[in-house]
Amino acid sequence: MTAVVQPAASSTPAHDRHTQRRATPAARRRFRPGRVLAWAALFLVILVTIAPFVWMLRTALSNNRSLFTDPTSPLPVDLTFGPFERVLGTATTAEAQAEGGSGASIRFWAYLRNSLIVSVLITVGQVFFSAMAAYAFARLRWPGRDKVFFVFLTALMVPPVFTMLPNFTLIKSLGLLNTYPGIVAPFFFMTPFAIFFLRQFFLGISREIEEAAMIDGAGYFRTYLRIIVPMSRAPLITLAILTFINAWNEYFWPQLVGQDESVRVLTVALGAFVSATPQTGPDWAGLMAAALVAAIPTILLFLAFGRKIINSIQFTGMK
Amino acid sequence: MAAISPPAPRPPPPPSRATAPLDNPPPAWRRREGRAALVFLAPALLGFLTFFAWPTLRGLYLSLTDYDLLSAPEFSGLDNYRRLLHDDVFWNSLRVTLQYVLINITVQTVVAVLLAVLMHRLTKSVVIRGMVLLPYLISNVVVALLWYAMADYNLGIINGVLDWAGFDRVGFFGDEQWAIPTIALVNVWRHLGYTALLVFAGLQAINRDVYEAAAVDGAGEFRMFTRITLPLLRPVMALVLVVTLIGSWQIFDTVAVTTQGGPVDATRVVQYYIYDQAFQRFDFGYASAISVALFLILAVIAFVQLRLLRAGDSDQS
Repeated sequence: MTAVVQPAASSTPAHDRHTQRRATPAARRRFRPGRVLAWAALFLVILVTIAPFVWMLRTALSNNRSLFTDPTSPLPVDLTFGPFERVLGTATTAEAQAEGGSGASIRFWAYLRNSLIVSVLITVGQVFFSAMAAYAFARLRWPGRDKVFFVFLTALMVPPVFTMLPNFTLIKSLGLLNTYPGIVAPFFFMTPFAIFFLRQFFLGISREIEEAAMIDGAGYFRTYLRIIVPMSRAPLITLAILTFINAWNEYFWPQLVGQDESVRVLTVALGAFVSATPQTGPDWAGLMAAALVAAIPTILLFLAFGRKIINSIQFTGMK
Repeated sequence: MAAISPPAPRPPPPPSRATAPLDNPPPAWRRREGRAALVFLAPALLGFLTFFAWPTLRGLYLSLTDYDLLSAPEFSGLDNYRRLLHDDVFWNSLRVTLQYVLINITVQTVVAVLLAVLMHRLTKSVVIRGMVLLPYLISNVVVALLWYAMADYNLGIINGVLDWAGFDRVGFFGDEQWAIPTIALVNVWRHLGYTALLVFAGLQAINRDVYEAAAVDGAGEFRMFTRITLPLLRPVMALVLVVTLIGSWQIFDTVAVTTQGGPVDATRVVQYYIYDQAFQRFDFGYASAISVALFLILAVIAFVQLRLLRAGDSDQS
């Protein structure tokens, strides 16, 4: 195991360290006010990036009725957890209306469950099947392999909206409208990006280990499961995280095929908010609370795996 | 999952490793390897053919038909395309989308390059890179709603600040003049960190020695940026521009959640118009024809860009 060539993305930190060591003395010599200005600019960007999230939290902790009287207060207006209680269904109708909510029941938990089911199914299927295909493209030799790979890659160029209309008619004629399989299907078996991403890593694994396994009598599947998959754990996890986040955030497709309450995912439910509320006095506090809760899974994943996500995006930039 | 249960074909133990290297396996071995490849590939191939290849062909066919989802598609030749040429709403949607793309891509690219250079010159902090990336991980829907609330005419904080600073309030999403620029900037906010990270990766690939040599020759930051960074960044910029431009043309979510094409047709972007025709008016044939037009536009953009920017070769040798 120790002799294994590590795939590309993990090589960046070493490069970082290298450049940093050499850059520092040069930087120290340099013009000071410019650097202060540069830091100021960087912090301005970060402020603009983060401030809306703070505002979201502030609004989600406000009493929606009082919000209308004091819309610019930087702190929550009449601090309350009411909006979160409305979203999670723990507030009574009377309580909700007292704080300016609609009082209508929000089936938040059902939407949350649907989002979870759909995202987990897509992640498992896509990573699993894409990894198998990537193995066939990277490690096995068969006639026409590179041509088929090229054809797969061209699918990257077809805009989703172009395939979504025919896919909708297909799902409809299969009777899968408003079912989990219908929402999951187009993303379940592969995406060109997933195959491309994993193939790059599989190419980097040393052939000798694989050959040794084969000589010991392991078949292709055993070699794949026992050698390739464990050695590619890092990129597989990274891809799974990216796939999950994308699936969780997907709006267009589930909005087409999953309008029904029973399978409606969070993005679709949230997306209906503006068109469903009257012009006067929408429940902004409740909406912000719902949006915040809907973003929690991605934020948690990001806190746990931020470095992996960042490296994988930079990896796309290198290719 | 059942697809992977067939017995694993076992390669025969190679007779002698020294004389029969893997690069030139005997035919029997190669057939087994081919069969294994087919099994490994089968699920992805199924997905590719069903949800990518077939719909692409079917989309082309549907664009030549009259199809309302209820009865079978009826071949109508080029009628849809003829109609397209005289459809003012379609041309308006192209204009609106183009306006969106120009604002979105220009602002986003310029700010992202500056941000990437700042990060590259100032800090290696992953936390800072993480913070600028955060909006990209939040769904379009949530981002759209967040800014819709903040830019509300009466209650939004942005108008509150404008008011306080002595400016007139602005109907960011409700005013025909403002709606597209607003949506474009909201999406700049979401994609800025992602684009900056792509550029950042490109910056890391540039050899540090080039800068050191320039510094020795007395070049300042600005000169180094224009003479070294930008030219050497070209291949990465080509890729980034192709990816972001193509994504930008397909703006839909933000419009669907906030303005729904309005006020009047001010934000009826192409993809929203396609959606409109297909799912509000059930004119699938016509919607497919508009999709083909959008597809062609994107293909031309990608082709021209890669040519112009000669993405393949770097200036760094």
